[in-house]
Parts: sequence; C-alpha cells; structure tokens
Amino acid sequence: MTRADRPSSAEPPPGAPQPERRGRREPAADRPALHADVTITRGTHRVEAAFDAVPGHPLAVIGPNGAGKSTLLAAIAGLVPIDSGSVRIGDRDVDRLPPERRRIGVLFQDYVLFPHLTVRDNVAFAARMRGSRHAARAAAEPWLERYGLVPLADRLPAELSGGQAQRVALARALAAEPEVLLLDEPMSALDVELRHEMRAELARHVREFGGATVVVTHSRADAAALADRVLVLEDGRVTQRGTLAELGAAPATAYVRRMLATPDDDER
Amino acid sequence: MTTRPASPSAPRRGLGRSHGGLAWPVAVLAVIALAVLVLPLVALVVRAPWGELGDLLTRRSVLEALVLSLGTAIVATGVCLVLGVPLAALLARAAAWPSPARRLLRAAVTVPLVLPPVVGGIALLLLLGRRGLLGGLLEDLFGITVPFTTGAVVIAQVFVALPFLVFAVEGALRSTDRRTELAAATLGASRWQVFRHVTLPLVAPGVAAGAVLCFTRALGEFGATITFAGSLPGVTRTLPIASYLAMQTDPDEAIALALLLLAVSVGVLLLLRDRWLPGVRG
Repeated sequence: MTRADRPSSAEPPPGAPQPERRGRREPAADRPALHADVTITRGTHRVEAAFDAVPGHPLAVIGPNGAGKSTLLAAIAGLVPIDSGSVRIGDRDVDRLPPERRRIGVLFQDYVLFPHLTVRDNVAFAARMRGSRHAARAAAEPWLERYGLVPLADRLPAELSGGQAQRVALARALAAEPEVLLLDEPMSALDVELRHEMRAELARHVREFGGATVVVTHSRADAAALADRVLVLEDGRVTQRGTLAELGAAPATAYVRRMLATPDDDER
Repeated sequence: MTTRPASPSAPRRGLGRSHGGLAWPVAVLAVIALAVLVLPLVALVVRAPWGELGDLLTRRSVLEALVLSLGTAIVATGVCLVLGVPLAALLARAAAWPSPARRLLRAAVTVPLVLPPVVGGIALLLLLGRRGLLGGLLEDLFGITVPFTTGAVVIAQVFVALPFLVFAVEGALRSTDRRTELAAATLGASRWQVFRHVTLPLVAPGVAAGAVLCFTRALGEFGATITFAGSLPGVTRTLPIASYLAMQTDPDEAIALALLLLAVSVGVLLLLRDRWLPGVRG
C-alpha cells in the first residue's frame, strides 16, 4: 500500500516501452465528462436516469437494493442495451458502440478477475488485446508497482485476499486507460473490518485517476468517501440529487432520510 | 432405532459399518457388477499369447491397422475439436432460446449419441453414398466418392464421437462465469478475443476431457465404420475391424489386436488423467 503512495510520475523500469500517458495524470480539465440520459427496460423493471459526471468530481449513485443502480451502470458500460437516450463521453457518442470500444473502465462488484491468469496477466489484459504478450507484460509493470502488486504478480486470483483482489481489479481497469471509470458496489465484497481502510485507499486511487467517475453504492459511507455529489435512484427513478449535506438538509424521500440516519455496517 | 449413539460425535460401530454400511444384497450386486467389468479384461490379459506377442504385433496387417486407427482417430478428434467447440458454444448460448428451438438443437446432438452405430453407418451411406442425398452430387460435380475410403472412416468416427465432445465442452461452458467475458469486453477485447483469451482457457479442462472421450470413442468405432467405410486392408480396416475379422481365422492375432486397443485406451487415460481428468484419478 505504501508503494501506491509513490509519486504518480513513477518511471517504468528501464527497457520497458514508454507507455503513453501511463503513470501520469493530466489535469482534470483535459479529461472528458460523461453525459448519460438513458431509459433501460429489464424484464418488468424500468430505469430512467439523466446525469453528468465531471472529471475530478466523482458522482455516487445511491439507492436501495433493486433500484436499478447496477443496471444503469451496465447500460453505460454497454453491457446491457438501452431502450432510448444517449451516452456521451466528451463529444463522443458511445451508446451505439460495443463495450470494448467505449473506453469505459468497470470495477465489478466482486471484481471478476480472470481466474486462469496471474495478477500480472490480469493487469496486462487490456494491453494484451492490443499487442504481444511480452509488450503487454512490460506495460503492466508500472501499474503493478503503482498499486503495490509486485510481490503478488505471479499469484492467481484464488490466492488473493479481498483487498488485494480489489487492488488488482482496479489496476486492471485503469491500465486500459479508460476515459470514464464506473465502480459497482466496490466495498460489498470486502469484510466489514477491511472496508474503512480500503475505502480510503480506493478514494485516493479514484482521485489519482482524475477522469469522470461514477460509483454505485447503497452505503452512505462509500458516497461520502468516494464521491462529492450524489444521485439518489429509487425504483428506477431519480428522486434527489446534490451533495450529501444538501440531501441531509432537505431529504426528498423517506428512503433518503433513513439512509442518512442509519450507520453503515462498518461504522457501528 | 431404539438405541442411539451416546453422543453425535461418538464413532458408530456395529455390523452395519463392517462393509461400508451397505445392505448385503446391495453389496453382493455391486461385487457382481465389478466382476462384469473386470473379469473379461482379466481373461484377455491371462489368455493372451504373450510368447508370440512380438511376432504378432509386428505383422504387416497389425501395423497397418494400428497406423490407420491412430491416424484416423487423431484426425477425427481434431475435426471434432474444430467443429464441436463452436457447437458447444451455440448450445450453451441456446439456453436462453425459446424452448422448441432449444430442444430441437439438443436432440440433434443427442440422437447420434444414443443411436446404434450401425444405424449411423447406414444413414451416412444414404447421405454420402453414390445414390445418396449428397453423394450423387459430390460425384457428378467433383468426381468425389466418399464411401469405402479412409475419409469415410474419419467421417464415421466424427459422427459417433462428436456428441461426446460437445456435451463435455457445453457442461464446462455453462459452469463458467459469464461476467468474466463482460469484464474482458470492458477491457477492450473483441468477441473473438474474449473467446480466445477468456472463454476457451476457462473451459480448457472440459475441452481436454471431451477430446479424450472423443478419441477413445473414435478409436473403438466399429459399426458405423464397417457399414459406411467397409474393411479394405490398409484403407479402412481399423484395429477393431481387423480384430473382429482375425477372430474367425487367427484368434491369436485377434487377441493381440485387442490387447493393443486396450493398451492404447488405458495409455491415453493415464497420460491425461492427472492433468485434465481429476474425475478419474483414484
């Protein structure tokens, strides 16, 4: 974890191809925002939401179980089809593109690492899709260093703890150099005791990423640590938006009031 | 059930435990079943003409049959892999289809599995024979005659062995987590790359197990082969057919051929079990 604190301009090892932009973060202003305005039907459920996510200001989508938060995220990533609306990144229309061409990184709920690949090859996966195994492994090296994964590089996902798996999944997603990062319930697969610590670490990585970020959660603590604006989704509809303080000052629904009053599992 | 162990953790003793807790009729029948499986092989090994085995196995007719059998079974396994893995992928994907289409597809793969191989051979003749559904066309247009060629042996083997591979791979596909494929897509993998780098490696043990089943099934193929491909020495006379024919004229050669088949089958099993077939490891 201390390694992740190294300056973000850490140089790749000598001999490794110089990755473009890798390890360096541009000012947030240069990075495109995410504009989403979508309607999705899944079975009998319908989800409708419109929002912008601006670089440097992560947005939390918060709501009760079954509200359609994960469906919304999957639709933005291109993993489920939208009925109507649009998804734009900067001035790029991506809603007709397949997921592999959207440049949207996803941190899945229980990370979904590739079980047959080592930590190194998981992190190298995106680069491997564009080039040789050798080049991909070299390109993964700075990411392994940045996320403190060098000692784990040859392990398989089954040999990792929850916190380590999360770090690998995040490194894997960010090594693809996405323009937008989506996080789906990032803490739910972790032990309660670990959440507090991992949340702070994840918040730091999200800040370092610097691009447009959306985090789906049902936890107020996640929203407080990872995002600075909140969108409340209940039963497929947006019921409130603002900062947590604004929500607290004037909760729009009973759910918002309850959510703000109930301590999270790991805060008791 | 009037007496019970003093505590749930106390070891249970008594007559019932002495032979694994099976009722005696079950135990007796199980032993008979085992005898049915093992005794014939014991007889084969005991009565084999070990002294002349060297001579028998180097006969030209035996070597011809061995080379032909290994060659055709390997090619047939290759064909089954190339065609069967995609069919398994289709079948796994079809789980989401409407029921009539899904059932038809499944039946099409299952029927050859339960069909007597001779029926398969006759069916293949009616398709690819000179007056067959496609055979006439092939002969008129390209001058190709399929039956009674080495190619026909391979086709017969593929017909009987393909379902084994398809079902083995389909089972493996169904038990993989579809979300790994979605994750790969968000990392820039095209559909083909997802298949190549994620799906295929994840089902590799299923593919290998299917290929072993497929190979052994192809190696032992008799009924469809003799019906559709005949028994031309060096061309279509595979080990099982040669063994069957030798039984009428030279039983010692037949036994030698049978031993050879047994050795190849067991050899394949031993070779691959540790790596790919944890299920058959003792």
